[in-house]
Amino acid sequence: MSLLATGLPFAAVPLVAGLLSSPVGVAHYLVVGAILFTAGVVCMALKRNALGVLMGIELVLNGANVNFVAFSSPYLRGEGAASLGLDGQIIALFVILLAAAEAAVALAITLNFYNNHATVDIDRAEDLKG
Amino acid sequence: MMTTVLASVVPVAAVNWHSVLFLLFAAVACACAVAVVLADNVVRMAFYLVLSLASTAGLFFLAGAEFVGAMQLMIYVGGTLVLLVFGVMLTAQAPFVAIKTSPSDRVLAGMVGAALLAVLLQAAFRVEPWRRPATAAVAAPAATPIGMALLGVRADEPAAGVPAAAVRSGYLLPFEIVSIHLLVVLVGAAYLARAKRRRTPRAIDVAASSVGPVVTARQAARSSASALVPGGGR
Amino acid sequence: MADFLINTVGLPEWLAWTITAFVAAALILNVIAGGALVFIWAERKIAARIQDRLGPTRTGGRFGWLQSLADGIKLLAKEDLMPEGADGMLFRLAPYISFCASFCAFIALPFAFDFVGQRLNVGVFFVVAVLGLEVFGVILAGYASASKWSLFGAMREAAQVVSYEVPLGMCVVVPVMLAGSMDLVTIAEKQAGWMTNWYLFHDPFTFVIFWVYVTCAVASVNRAPFDLAEAESELVAGFHTEYSGLRWSFFFMAEYGSMFLVSALAAVLFMGGWNGPIPVATLVGLSEGTGDTANYFVRLIGCGNLLLKATLGVLLMMWVRWTLPRLRIDQVMTTCLKYCTPIAAAMFAGAMLWQLAFPGGVVRGLSRPAGEIREGWLEGPGGLSPGRREPVPHVGAVGAMESQEVVQVVP
Repeated sequence: MSLLATGLPFAAVPLVAGLLSSPVGVAHYLVVGAILFTAGVVCMALKRNALGVLMGIELVLNGANVNFVAFSSPYLRGEGAASLGLDGQIIALFVILLAAAEAAVALAITLNFYNNHATVDIDRAEDLKG
Repeated sequence: MMTTVLASVVPVAAVNWHSVLFLLFAAVACACAVAVVLADNVVRMAFYLVLSLASTAGLFFLAGAEFVGAMQLMIYVGGTLVLLVFGVMLTAQAPFVAIKTSPSDRVLAGMVGAALLAVLLQAAFRVEPWRRPATAAVAAPAATPIGMALLGVRADEPAAGVPAAAVRSGYLLPFEIVSIHLLVVLVGAAYLARAKRRRTPRAIDVAASSVGPVVTARQAARSSASALVPGGGR
Repeated sequence: MADFLINTVGLPEWLAWTITAFVAAALILNVIAGGALVFIWAERKIAARIQDRLGPTRTGGRFGWLQSLADGIKLLAKEDLMPEGADGMLFRLAPYISFCASFCAFIALPFAFDFVGQRLNVGVFFVVAVLGLEVFGVILAGYASASKWSLFGAMREAAQVVSYEVPLGMCVVVPVMLAGSMDLVTIAEKQAGWMTNWYLFHDPFTFVIFWVYVTCAVASVNRAPFDLAEAESELVAGFHTEYSGLRWSFFFMAEYGSMFLVSALAAVLFMGGWNGPIPVATLVGLSEGTGDTANYFVRLIGCGNLLLKATLGVLLMMWVRWTLPRLRIDQVMTTCLKYCTPIAAAMFAGAMLWQLAFPGGVVRGLSRPAGEIREGWLEGPGGLSPGRREPVPHVGAVGAMESQEVVQVVP
């Protein structure tokens, strides 16, 4: 255990050092977006609380947003990389706006469900099951 | 110890502060996103989500998309998540605060997630120009071109292959559609979430005809607000 | 300052930047903490006077100057309690979230022309957005305390936030529209000169919308008559019922910090920022560009101006607090959504039409000539014509002001 505790940081040193001294590129942002996206998908699949599923959706949208912004940013563009330009940022804005709308509707549905069934466990939402 | 080792590997002068800030925000965003998945308590999930989205806004600032970052803070974190937390609090009664998932589901979801992550990461590193760090120094970001584009005037150079007419039209139509969409959605959400109760006479009518205690009738009529007043069912 | 440290003192670049950042942070922290000390004392005195009492008179001399310091020491020495059923992590973190939000918003607030933590081109937006995050501290505190009173406070706060954010955003948009920029520095700069140039007196619509802004700002900092989250006559102390000691004082610092912040924002947006009612400095021949020392002096005066205006705003809020009774939650929602929002929307349209009809302002002699109010973005850096990077001079009505362009270049 102690070996793991001391060994891991040492193994990470070259990696972190490389990250610290070199400028950030699009790929860095894509990694963050991928992690957010995956966390969101797993969250959607895993949570039984309806609001937890909603949070997963927010994470997924956010991961997509990170990618859009990364592709549009002039700060991150390397030599020869294509760019979304302004479109990326505007699509990100639309995603944020529509996420607000989606959250409002989903919340209303959840509250309705809660009022009718006195639970927010989506595994219990089986009224329409044939 | 970690820092001393780091200092010996990287001379301090060579540290790229942009990268350091990026690492900081990225680490918080990712860690909190994973924490959302791992947490069982729904309120804590909401809290981690707030942190994750706020640090994503920080990432947007670092990428020069200041308007998007501020928008993220204002609408996403300040609006949507407040709504979400509100919903969590309305439904957070003891049995629902932590609904457990079965271990087999967890394993399955973990496997799916790992596979997805592997695919995405591979895609992220596959395209070679994306890995090259930024080289060009660019002017300070400005929010005006975005606003102009939303109003239908494109200020930047169009990407290659896009017809000129499409560029000129900008985003006016999508912008209007989104506005109407938001309005419709909010009206619909308000309709959906309304309290379904028999309409009670308004307090003032009751008071005028002096039927029944005023307090009860008024609080029944304001059913949406009564949840927020202590002893609402008094 | 970083340049000075690098060039004159000869520090390495990274150290110079770090020191500069810490100095700036410390200064902002001082504004919040020192401001809170003074304002708490002022509030006690003002409340006492309004209620025909004397207020603190003993501690530290005749007027009880040291009362807040004594309170602070008492709070430090208090036991830090946590209720049994509380969610420990969230309970501990909540005050700091509130405080951090309040603190972060100060980053983009300009105290004088160059006295700004970080000049952002979306400054207004940033400040309002970050200020909106303060509610998370309140909501989490309310939930984590495991107390019914706190939970009620938190729920009310959440409902209140959703109501006031809408009109607040609309009010803020009007000066942005008039200035053609979201940069707080630019907005204040455009109001340079005599006080007729202030957006408050730009046209009747802006005058009305200023008061709508004041209403929403009071709602946004949870002060009476909008202090439903801590309604002490109904909810014991609302969301901070269970807090004591240092954590409680963090909530208070956040509250006074945001009070100061929204007042300063009002000053920048509507009352000319650091520009005094009479441009004394320019009248006596001091202006930007006279020299470094003169520059600094002018900015110091400007800083004083802004602090004075913000303090006046805070005092106004105190006056309101001790005068008006508290609203009910449905009345808060009605006020914000049914009255403030339509008024703000109408005033926004009105200001827009006014700008169309009288582009040069009403009082021609005192305002700047119409040609100067052209949209800066057309030729400004980062504007429509890329490639042009040299600073665009904004010529004020009385004195010439060179606008320094902050160009961020990512290494």
